[in-house]
Amino acid sequence: MTESANFICIDGLSKRFGATRAVDRVTLDISQGEFFSLLGPSGCGKTTLLRMIGGFTFPDTGTIAIDGEDVTATPPNKRPTNMVFQSYAIFPHLNVRDNIAYGLKPEGLTRAERDKRVAQALDLIALKGYGERRPDQLSGGERQRVALARALVKRPKVLLLDEPLGALDKRLREAMQIELRQLQREVGITFLFVTHDQDEALAMSDRVAVMDQGRVLQVADPKTLYESPNSRAVADFIGTMNFFEARLIGIAGGKILLEAEALGRLEVSPPHHTVYTPGMPLVAAIRPEKLLLSREPPSGSWLNGRVISAAYFGERSHFQVTIQGRASPVVVAAQINAAIGDSVYLSWLPDSFLLLPA
Amino acid sequence: MNGMQVQSKHGAGLAAYAVLYVAFLYAPVLLLPLFSFNDSVFIAFPLVGFTTKWYAAMAQDEEMRAALLNTMKVGVAVSLAATILGLLAAKILARGLPGRRLFLGAANLPLFIPDIVLGIALLILVTRLNIPLSLNSVILGHIVICLPFAIAVLISRFDGFDASLEEASRDLGETAWMTFWRVTFPLVLPGIVASLLLSFIVSFDDFLIAFFLCGTDTTLPVYIWGELRFPYKLPNVLALGATILAASAVLIAFAEWIRRLGTNGAKEIGF
Repeated sequence: MTESANFICIDGLSKRFGATRAVDRVTLDISQGEFFSLLGPSGCGKTTLLRMIGGFTFPDTGTIAIDGEDVTATPPNKRPTNMVFQSYAIFPHLNVRDNIAYGLKPEGLTRAERDKRVAQALDLIALKGYGERRPDQLSGGERQRVALARALVKRPKVLLLDEPLGALDKRLREAMQIELRQLQREVGITFLFVTHDQDEALAMSDRVAVMDQGRVLQVADPKTLYESPNSRAVADFIGTMNFFEARLIGIAGGKILLEAEALGRLEVSPPHHTVYTPGMPLVAAIRPEKLLLSREPPSGSWLNGRVISAAYFGERSHFQVTIQGRASPVVVAAQINAAIGDSVYLSWLPDSFLLLPA
Repeated sequence: MNGMQVQSKHGAGLAAYAVLYVAFLYAPVLLLPLFSFNDSVFIAFPLVGFTTKWYAAMAQDEEMRAALLNTMKVGVAVSLAATILGLLAAKILARGLPGRRLFLGAANLPLFIPDIVLGIALLILVTRLNIPLSLNSVILGHIVICLPFAIAVLISRFDGFDASLEEASRDLGETAWMTFWRVTFPLVLPGIVASLLLSFIVSFDDFLIAFFLCGTDTTLPVYIWGELRFPYKLPNVLALGATILAASAVLIAFAEWIRRLGTNGAKEIGF
């Protein structure tokens, strides 16, 4: 770990609104230059957490430090952070140039220095020659870039982004994801990004904090989140996952033996940090693409079921397969062709199942 | 065929109604400028000849000038006070606090209290408090009748206001005070101008409350009412009325221009 590992230190942060704990004892450390995302469903507290870091809401308890300086009670205009708002908050009475230059005035820069920085910013966001335009003459993507430039000219230590791509259509959103990531590498500023879109968070971030009901459930890089979620909630929120209720019936040779719903006996490798006792309820989970689909019974263990829906996605199709002894259908991603009503066999390679707390 | 005839008859009836309607609204008012240029003390047809002497006489009238000055003083003070108070109220109400509807209802209620009742109530209050009747007491009374108008105009401006604009300004390094001047003020400026004009016109126009509260400091409407006792002065009053009419038209055109600027996103008003 470098010395910049604890660039943003959030310690025991809580905020209540009436009876709801919007943010509940959150502790996070974010490194300098990191692209860090707060991911969760709406109402999970991610925006409240971001607003506390920006200084728009003050915590009930806990502290926030940025680059070694406690900013818990610092007003937003004195913080080394800048924000890209969800609505972009472009000043409607100012043109693009004056919007971008807005935050340079209180810094007391000379006119020449201000003009230079605005020109650089327009260049950075590829809107050269747009300086005189009025905000109502801009498209959604252009407004988003102006909001970005307006925050970046301040050269903040941390850039806060509150669902900045939410209002854009799908194609533009995907293009902006790539652009934003490139921009972040270019400027080297720590980005703190709030989103409810898990694909977006996984595609862009160095690390992601998954939040629910005001709490941080897991902080990890995208690959770890997808492949080793630490809880059922995280596994459910990131991608698609099939869950099988199970009970521990034995431990042998570093493997755990389960009695699982519909699956019967199943051997899994446990994550090593938990204490397991016989009889304890657990969940065996498997991703749709880890299930193998065939028309004939394969060798080894398998499940037999019937296809009830099929969705074609180009390189692969998603099938829902009903299995006897299980209420909800299993989701499978495979390349073979199967039609609704077909009888199919599901199998899996060893170590495809994840073990999660019930 | 028959149906069309009925319809065109119907249309002719409507047109006639519309002409009568407009005539009823404007003919009395248009008599003012007409007779103000008539070379006769008597208000009667036929017209005798064209003259501007009533306007010259009006300009010479010291008492009238004093009354006009009083009305201007009151109007300016009232429109400033009502707009500043309304601005504060609208700014606070824009946060959507509990009791907002109740407060708005209470703030609008004076609109429905007859001026005669308000005038008597204010007169009793002012004399009880031993405040001498003067322009100051008129100003107080006019603030009461102008505030509902000021709040109504300003609140509509603040309601469409995106709160994140002010947050963005704070985020970009501005203090709360500078945020007001650089963001809030330019965006609500059309509302402020409309509130100033509306309050001024309401104050300028008021006779009843001024009559009760002005003491010996007559305002223009009170002065005009007094002049009507002297028939030979009537043409002067007509000239005055015509002048006020022209000034009002200019003022209303200006207010409308500002309002349109506002609906176009306030973009013409830079900082």
